Amino acid sequence: MSTRTAGWLFAGPALLVIALFFGLPVLAALALSLTDFDIYALADIRNLRFVGIDNYLALLQNPLFWKALGNTFYFVLVGVPLSIAASLGAALLLHAKVAKFRPFFRTALFAPVVTTVVAVAVIWRYLFHTKYGMVNWGLSSLGIEPVDWLGDPHWAMPTIILFAVWKNFGYNMIIFLAGLQAIPEDLYEAARIDGASGWKQFRHVTLPMLGPVLLLVGILTMAGYFQLFAEPYVMTQGGPLQSTVSVLYLMYEEGFKWWNLGNASAVAFLLFAIMTAFTSGLLWLARKRGVE
Amino acid sequence: MLWARLRACCVPVLLLAVLAGCARGDKDKREVVRFWAMGYEGEVVAQLIPEFERRNPGIKVDLQQMPVLSAHEKLLTAFAGDALPDVTPLGNTWIAEFAQLDALAPLDARIAATPGFDAADFYRGAWDSGVVDATTYAVPWYVETRIPFYRKDLLQAAGVEEIPASWAQWKAAMQAIKREVGPERYAILLPLNEFEPLLNLAIHDPLLRDGGRYGNFRSAGFRQTLTFYKGLFDDGLAPKIGNTAISNVWDEFGKGLFSFYISGPWNIAEFKKRLPPELAEKWGTMPLPGPTGPGASVAGGTSFVIFRKSQHKDAAWKLIAYLASPEVQIRFHGITGNLPPRRSPWSDPRLANDPYAKAFRSQLERAVPTPQVPEWERIATELRIVGELLVSGRLSVDQAAAELDRRADAILAKRRWMLDHKATELAR
Repeated sequence: MSTRTAGWLFAGPALLVIALFFGLPVLAALALSLTDFDIYALADIRNLRFVGIDNYLALLQNPLFWKALGNTFYFVLVGVPLSIAASLGAALLLHAKVAKFRPFFRTALFAPVVTTVVAVAVIWRYLFHTKYGMVNWGLSSLGIEPVDWLGDPHWAMPTIILFAVWKNFGYNMIIFLAGLQAIPEDLYEAARIDGASGWKQFRHVTLPMLGPVLLLVGILTMAGYFQLFAEPYVMTQGGPLQSTVSVLYLMYEEGFKWWNLGNASAVAFLLFAIMTAFTSGLLWLARKRGVE
Repeated sequence: MLWARLRACCVPVLLLAVLAGCARGDKDKREVVRFWAMGYEGEVVAQLIPEFERRNPGIKVDLQQMPVLSAHEKLLTAFAGDALPDVTPLGNTWIAEFAQLDALAPLDARIAATPGFDAADFYRGAWDSGVVDATTYAVPWYVETRIPFYRKDLLQAAGVEEIPASWAQWKAAMQAIKREVGPERYAILLPLNEFEPLLNLAIHDPLLRDGGRYGNFRSAGFRQTLTFYKGLFDDGLAPKIGNTAISNVWDEFGKGLFSFYISGPWNIAEFKKRLPPELAEKWGTMPLPGPTGPGASVAGGTSFVIFRKSQHKDAAWKLIAYLASPEVQIRFHGITGNLPPRRSPWSDPRLANDPYAKAFRSQLERAVPTPQVPEWERIATELRIVGELLVSGRLSVDQAAAELDRRADAILAKRRWMLDHKATELAR
């Protein structure tokens, strides 16, 4: 048996599973996105029409799709940097030599990740309640007018972002912590001997050494944040004034609420294309700057 | 060799299985009716089944409970997978959809053949929810409609003597209340995240036209509704908020944040339970005002259907006839507080003497079904969204009406194609 055949044999089972449970459904979904499959087609398959790329064209002309896309971009562009900054900041604090009770804080900061979105969302809805919420109560003691966090179209998305960042930063924090621990101590020692300040050490030792980890975290977080769904679903149901409808939320409504599976598949493929473009862009940027 | 061993071990197993099958068959030869029911009613209905099985010794009811939120999805999936039960109560707004799927068995012949089954005893709106294109597919189980719950003491304090019956009277009453309660409180709560308040105000006028092919939202009647609705917010009578911004509706009603709240019969029990004792006598229910006098409202609730593929239609029908009978309806009301969809159970003292149910009784005479197209729930959702745009001032009344027509027409595009397609096929 040649090495070639052996290789295929070893990879075979995995490839088969991927083809069967990933490749095939994706192709089926692609085919579905070219039809107008809906409740009528479910009743009688003769009601199914092949519509070519009409679903895609209709989506591109649908203001709600653009709104959902805008909301999603808003969430990603603000949420991802914020989330990474929070994770990195927390990791640096935990990694600092002066830090006390490290295991406790590590667990406490990681805790939001393992909580259920629904349960936590209930608590957050109380915290951000316009009249009785603790956040507004705290702000009022500073003399700031109460904000209608989840009911005002301008504030709903920032609140969702805050919620998502709080919920997710612990996960990346652990990855950063592992990355920080892998940086050899002698690099810092050398930098100190050269007279580098704390900031300079961070800028010229920590950040470059964390490059690959940052790239990984960036890609994972971005892919995850593009798929915003659970937070608006439990906090606002897409409201107020559809200011928290994300692309995935739109897909869910089209597909599972209204049973327009053709349309929903088209939304899914558009989101897939956008995510691929952004991830490739990030990789290209990283390669250009020599990280990887 | 291998075969022999396989046979040696498999044959006894198979034999056992066959024997076990026989044993089961011997024990219970009754016809099994598969019955799926949603939510709390689905749990409670189990108490009514033993009596049915006692009266019909040949039938066994296999009751499955479904969570309300996923019931629609489960039923559609079961339809796609050919695994539907024999009988189930469907939400009234889903009947048209399942009739369109050709999943429902027509019931007219059975209704006519059942002695003592009085279809005319049912409220018209509730009954008509189960009639699609002149064929009866469903028999109402319980009915709900929305009417205002109001604070008697606040109305009195504001000098409102008579319960308002028309929009003009209602608005005058609300303005009086607003003057009384001041800028921090309101006269009515119309949650912006629900379509029901606006829909119930608008249902007096046909919402679709040409057999459900197009939206009818630019009609004078609907624009009048929008004007009234918008006015309540513009005049500060209703807060521009959704239910999510109110952590506890009963609590806020008790505090007088609003004096009117449009809701359904289940809230009678909730208000009784949750309002503080000193408010016990200080709230009531009233019929929903309409443009010129008592208004229409939406006939919601659920109705029993038999699925077309069922092999036990006769037994399933017996179950429906039993559960829809006046005596069982009274028992069911006693357990759940749900309102009976027919008139005769209302003469029972428990219902006739209930001051809170009284307004519902007169309202049910004016309740009407929502348009019977499968797309209705989606159109109702657009109604909510456009209603929110109107209230926030981003659209005027005329713009909102035009926008709703545009959205409804787009949603109904496939339906129009289907209807035209069928017509040309028939012509051929």
